[in-house]
Amino acid sequence: MELYELTAHELAELIRTRKASAAEIARSFAGRIAEKEDAVKAYITVTEDKMLQAAEETDRLAAAGELLPPLAGVPCAVKDNMSTAGVRTTAASRILENYVPVYNATAVEKLEENLIPMTGKANLDEFAMGSSCENSAFFPTRNPWDLSRVPGGSSGGSAAAVAADECAFALGSDTGGSIRQPASFCGIVGVKPTYGRVSRYGLLAFASSLDQIGPMTKDVEDAALALNVICGRDVMDSTSLSAEAPDFTKALTTEIKGMKIAVPREFMEKGIAEDTKGAVLAAMKHYEELGAVVEYVSMPNVGYGLPVYYIIAPAECSSNLARYDGVKYGHRSPLSRDTFSMYKKSRTEGFGPEVKQRIMIGTYALSAGYYDAYYLKAQKVRTLVKNDFEKIFSEYDVIISPTAPDTAFGIGEQTDDPYTMKLADICTIPANLAGIPAMSLPCGFDGKGLPIGLQIMAPALGEEVMLRAAYAFEQTSDFRKKPAFPGGNK
Amino acid sequence: MKYDAVIGMEVHVELSTRSKMFCGCRVDFGGEPNTRCCPVCTGMPGSLPSVNRRAVEFMLKAALALNCKINYENYFHRKNYYYPDLPKNFQTSQYDSPIGYNGYLEINSGGKTKKIAILRVHMEEDTGKLLHVEGGKSLVDYNRSGTPLMEIVTRVPAPEGYDIIENAEEAREYVQRLRQLLVYLKISDCRMEEGSMRCEPNISVRPAGSDRLGTKTELKNLNSFRVVHLATDYEIKRQIACLEEGEKIVQETRRWDDARDETTIMRTKESAQEYRYFPEPDLVPIRLSEEYVEEVRSQIPELPIPKRDRFVKDYSLPLTDAEVLVDDPSLADFFDRTAAMVKNPKAAANWIMTELLKLVNESGRPLAECGIKPEDVKAVLELMDSGKINRNAAKQVFAEMFATGKAAEAIVKEKGLEQVSDTSSIEECVDRILAANPKEVQRFRDGEAKLMGFFTGQVMREMKGKANPAVVGKILKEKLG
Repeated sequence: MELYELTAHELAELIRTRKASAAEIARSFAGRIAEKEDAVKAYITVTEDKMLQAAEETDRLAAAGELLPPLAGVPCAVKDNMSTAGVRTTAASRILENYVPVYNATAVEKLEENLIPMTGKANLDEFAMGSSCENSAFFPTRNPWDLSRVPGGSSGGSAAAVAADECAFALGSDTGGSIRQPASFCGIVGVKPTYGRVSRYGLLAFASSLDQIGPMTKDVEDAALALNVICGRDVMDSTSLSAEAPDFTKALTTEIKGMKIAVPREFMEKGIAEDTKGAVLAAMKHYEELGAVVEYVSMPNVGYGLPVYYIIAPAECSSNLARYDGVKYGHRSPLSRDTFSMYKKSRTEGFGPEVKQRIMIGTYALSAGYYDAYYLKAQKVRTLVKNDFEKIFSEYDVIISPTAPDTAFGIGEQTDDPYTMKLADICTIPANLAGIPAMSLPCGFDGKGLPIGLQIMAPALGEEVMLRAAYAFEQTSDFRKKPAFPGGNK
Repeated sequence: MKYDAVIGMEVHVELSTRSKMFCGCRVDFGGEPNTRCCPVCTGMPGSLPSVNRRAVEFMLKAALALNCKINYENYFHRKNYYYPDLPKNFQTSQYDSPIGYNGYLEINSGGKTKKIAILRVHMEEDTGKLLHVEGGKSLVDYNRSGTPLMEIVTRVPAPEGYDIIENAEEAREYVQRLRQLLVYLKISDCRMEEGSMRCEPNISVRPAGSDRLGTKTELKNLNSFRVVHLATDYEIKRQIACLEEGEKIVQETRRWDDARDETTIMRTKESAQEYRYFPEPDLVPIRLSEEYVEEVRSQIPELPIPKRDRFVKDYSLPLTDAEVLVDDPSLADFFDRTAAMVKNPKAAANWIMTELLKLVNESGRPLAECGIKPEDVKAVLELMDSGKINRNAAKQVFAEMFATGKAAEAIVKEKGLEQVSDTSSIEECVDRILAANPKEVQRFRDGEAKLMGFFTGQVMREMKGKANPAVVGKILKEKLG
């Protein structure tokens, strides 16, 4: 057993009991990255030196008898849309190819405070827009379960890095499923916390009212530990919640007798692959066997989630991405002749087609004469979706569903079919619209041996009951497996 | 044909908060470029705004002082447009929920009071500044970026019972009154020349009595009250001349050219700007509790108009004197404190408006920094009242007090300025003067009454200005009579 194969909590235990040093662990991951990165391509930037330095610092403090934070010395990958002081932050876009921030995102700052070494900056769909990582301006990331397939997206680099043991855990961001869907595709755990639980300060905004940072981990316990690190009120983010973040590990019991679980029919109907449906049905049965009450419910407005999302997210993105103009940082076209041509050419050269499409849709949706019909209407329907959830949560503790309609698809398979690709988010988007916590954990494999994810959703600030439902399932089932690398893992 | 002018006024005021609207950077005029900025006010990727509570308090105070209704829940929008001095390429600004709306400001117009209707008072952030340098290059300075900015817009047409600005004189009066109010509230230094108060009148004219609004033009870059008056006046006359010639007014933005004393075209408004406003998702709504609003209301000091009226009523001052005194809050306060401790507030007012203001103006410093105190005015006035010194000596003494901070009594002693009221020494002097000027005495007795002044002057000069003028006059009359 190699160090890099362990979970975050197992590594933390080794450090706490002095059975392994942080430096040994960091070197183990550095070796693993060197070995697998060419095949997986999870990282845009690997920060090996920085990781080793941070690990050595942790060891120094441990030797000096300092009390270490729980995840000290456990290496973490950071999605490359979070600002890292002194480390290139690209959002997988040409427009920020050489941008080196002067400040740390709050979540990154919290990693540093907790002595968590950073392995590197993980690949993503450009500005987190996409579901496959193929929209990265630099290269697609490959799914460790099958290198010809996508890892999902947009946090595909983070998910692949966790699945390939190229980090102990990772931070991702989720605007419409960007943590959960790749977690599902890569057979790992991914949590999108309640909107406002984790500060967005330093997260390169895609859609401000939907974006949320969350952990991507090898198991549920790791997710709880990582949430303990990153959650909490931040004065730098006005939308961050003032609610005190609990110790999420306290929620980890397998006792769920009497827990009320809802399964909305709308999530199990059209477009869901048979194997995926089968795995979710088996999970429902499993929960019943654990003593939970599982019932079908109806959420009539949830189907509007996708169209609502594709108004609100592009609208916000069109404004959020306006700052990439060639004036202050990032790409400035060498062909700029005057202010207007600088804007036009820098943005034309700097943004990829998916980003441009969304900026155009959003600009249109916000234009005078269309605002009421699109943006305002979408916000109203968003309230209806929220109300649907509130109604269900007045009677049920959690909602379960498939995370994605199907398992990982092949690279290039859906790039000509953007609509199907967007349907990949149909199960995950509603939670972003409602601002509620949601997560994905492995619940089976399809006929091709690819992992299937189970989505669990809970009411706002209900991460604890969500984690308990996940933990109970994980501890009593056997779906947490590692990918056998084609071409020989070991 | 006769014409009426319709003037709307949009005023932007930079608040004198310590930090910026959405970040902790210091607010200050000037400074080395880009030394007062951070990831937030330079729009670095991932940075987020957080609202400066002090700025909200300041703007609420202004809205209340302008008699506005308050939006207890108000929020920000994004105003999207591209400009290199706007780092995010959107300005965070209030749109359909300004903090204050439907208020008014009282102004004087030809001896009458007008209530100028105010449409809205809203919060926004200032932009950076562009510096155009040699070689066709431009540099951006973000020191000003994110400075809290308050926008105050008048309401045109005004609702029943309220007025609009109708001429250049009223335009100047409006911005002066507004400035005075904001200075009283201590929320802005309102320095037009530094750009911390920016006035943009929009002007149209129409045939007298018509209720249809004409095409308007907007004036920018007016950096003093004088220019507000000049430019508005010029623009009204220019538009009337255009119409008289049968030309059409073009909707455009014009600037004042100080060298040529005229307005010139800056840009034509071809179509309405498309700002794609939408609610700022990075900020939560600002909720003002009733208690908070009342607390801020209670912090509003006595404002210029009530203060002026009180001065007229309590101290029997003429209206014009009261106006002069309340113009500057520190002067009004100085007078108020002096008036409270003297027997004759009117005399104190005169002294302050003439002697004190003269010395303050000569010093080039603000009153607060001059070191002179209400007690000093009281001391000088008392010395005069008691007959110890005469008015001329009092002026000297006061100037000395102003310059050195010494006590009045000490200066009187030191300079030997004590007034002579002793009849015998004055009599002696009068006798000498009359004896030395027999011709003048004869002419006076022949009816040339104005020579009394000549004799008084001679006596005063002989006695080095210290003689009590009343006693001198009395004795002269006796001797010549």
